[in-house]
Amino acid sequence: MTSTDSGIPVEPWYEPPGGPSPALGRPGEPPFTRGPYRSMYRERLWTMRQYSGFGSAEDTNQRYRYLLGQGQTALSVAFDLPTQLGYDSSHELAGHEVGRVGVAIDTADDMADLFDGLPLADLSVNFTINATAPIMLAFYLVAAERRGADPAALAGTLQNDILKEFLARKLYVFPPRPSLRLAGDVVEYSARELPRFNPISVTGYHAREAGCDAVQELGLTMAAAIAYAEHFTARGLAFDSFAPRLSFHFSSQLDLFEEVAKVRAARRLWYQIATGRFGATQEGSGRLRFFSGCSGATLTAQQPLNNVVRSALQCLAAVLGGAQSIHVMGYDEALEIPTEESVRLALRTQQIIAYESGVTRTVDPLAGSYFVESLTDQLQQRATALIEQIDAAGGYVRLLEQGVPQRWIAESAYAAERATASGEKVRVGVNRFAADGGEPAPRLFTVDETAASRQRARLAQRLAARDAAAAKHELSRVREAVAAGGNTMPAFLAAARAGCTVGEITDVLRAEFGEYTEPPPW
Amino acid sequence: MRIVLAKPGLDGHDRGVKVVAMALRDAGAEVVYLGLRQTPDQIVAAARAEDADVIGISVLSGVHVALARQIREAQRAAGVADIPLVVGGTIPPQDTATLADLGVRGVFSVGTPIDEVVRGVLEVGLLARDPLSSGGSR
Repeated sequence: MTSTDSGIPVEPWYEPPGGPSPALGRPGEPPFTRGPYRSMYRERLWTMRQYSGFGSAEDTNQRYRYLLGQGQTALSVAFDLPTQLGYDSSHELAGHEVGRVGVAIDTADDMADLFDGLPLADLSVNFTINATAPIMLAFYLVAAERRGADPAALAGTLQNDILKEFLARKLYVFPPRPSLRLAGDVVEYSARELPRFNPISVTGYHAREAGCDAVQELGLTMAAAIAYAEHFTARGLAFDSFAPRLSFHFSSQLDLFEEVAKVRAARRLWYQIATGRFGATQEGSGRLRFFSGCSGATLTAQQPLNNVVRSALQCLAAVLGGAQSIHVMGYDEALEIPTEESVRLALRTQQIIAYESGVTRTVDPLAGSYFVESLTDQLQQRATALIEQIDAAGGYVRLLEQGVPQRWIAESAYAAERATASGEKVRVGVNRFAADGGEPAPRLFTVDETAASRQRARLAQRLAARDAAAAKHELSRVREAVAAGGNTMPAFLAAARAGCTVGEITDVLRAEFGEYTEPPPW
Repeated sequence: MRIVLAKPGLDGHDRGVKVVAMALRDAGAEVVYLGLRQTPDQIVAAARAEDADVIGISVLSGVHVALARQIREAQRAAGVADIPLVVGGTIPPQDTATLADLGVRGVFSVGTPIDEVVRGVLEVGLLARDPLSSGGSR
């Protein structure tokens, strides 16, 4: 039996005498305010998933082995910027960015090296990839195929949320409409072939990091989810065929109770949208599951050890909110990509909350708090008002194309900066309790300057070793698939098998779709 | 005071550069923000066309040294090496001296209070305009 440290028994969940109100329900039951599953962490802890990747596939493979050896339970791939934007490591624009903020992946062979020796069928893998998401998924599926893994057994999440790239993250390549088509191709393919895979993670995280508040994060995320669902259903997919595999991604910042209320409101809001707007008939279609990324924007370069405490609070908020998987930031990430030591500490932060704090003993422990329930209601109401405003203005995609929500975010970011400058918003170690400069700098990650040249040499070898005519043929098939208007995934898979590179495939798409330039911010 | 701001390289983090642009405007400067993924040549051409007093770049992908070097080279090639360059972003403390050696006049790493950024950028611009007070070359 589960009990507190002093032996008091702890129930799976608590509710008022006479049963729960309809707005709350029970854990695992509509409207899912209290959590997507009945027993939550009592049965299974959240997935501890530290986002990582740097240098070449081999370099990152070593880091993954280390993290799994330290008790991490899944992987999360950070790709470098050239890979995310569809440039090969040899491209002029790739330059010094190769392997810098993530791992460099040029071919399906690189993807195979990334997971070398790791148990693909038993591992859930998150891919933070968007504009080139279908290509990276194809590379992963080809790598898995070579290992004899059954696609139906592959578990994981492809971020594949291209709309938030236009909104906040800014790693778009093609204009919004063809980008949506590619995202839809992945979702459609995945609904058919990859039953355990989440083909999209609708993400408010980056808008929040870029400066918006919790209400805007919630409203914009739901507006994006609506836009995707409208697009996917317009192309003939039944809502219930993809909705149960939609995943969400929220930020977790420092306002503890508001962060908990935000994700409780998100679950209830999504249930209402799924059933009300889209007529969901399967319970799973309205069951919101989310990944929580703790916030880099709240971390400070000054007194970096303070970030350990900030991250612990953010992780706690994610856990009290019922996250399905969590990433905790390294304390040194305001300065550099994290060291092995700092990543281990981030993982230990999750483990201490999971195994020592006792907060996992009962589901949704803050339920029934007058304050938290009121906040949950208000977040839902305010986010709903924002969604109505977006609907009335012609929908989310149209507003994005006009740069409107981008301006909302920039204005919020500026207001937050002004509040810090005036001291109204306290940041310990920055505008209060600032040190007098005597603090030692942390030992930072050392960038391996040879990684880029190693990667370029490997790419050259692979290009020399492949059947060039076959690769060329498959690229022309990609062009045909795009022009024909059908699902592009089979063509990407064939190109991946033939050794085509991410740059080559993306170049075909660039020629067909054009490249996007964002409207001026002012 | 006219300031050209840009995001060179492939990095998409534009929260900082937009906040700095807004703050510089509020302080009375004229700001031209070029946007994302600007090449060194594009940045220098714009600075020249706008007769900029300062060029500011923001880099959060860790490649600030390489990009600053390329922009300084492009400035020299275009004959506008006297326009001061300032850099903001995730810049580890040990890179400040390297950037100074490249001729970067101001480094504002994440966490620098916004008023300090504004003051610093405007000072760099004023010093470049008035070589007597700076001992500089413009």
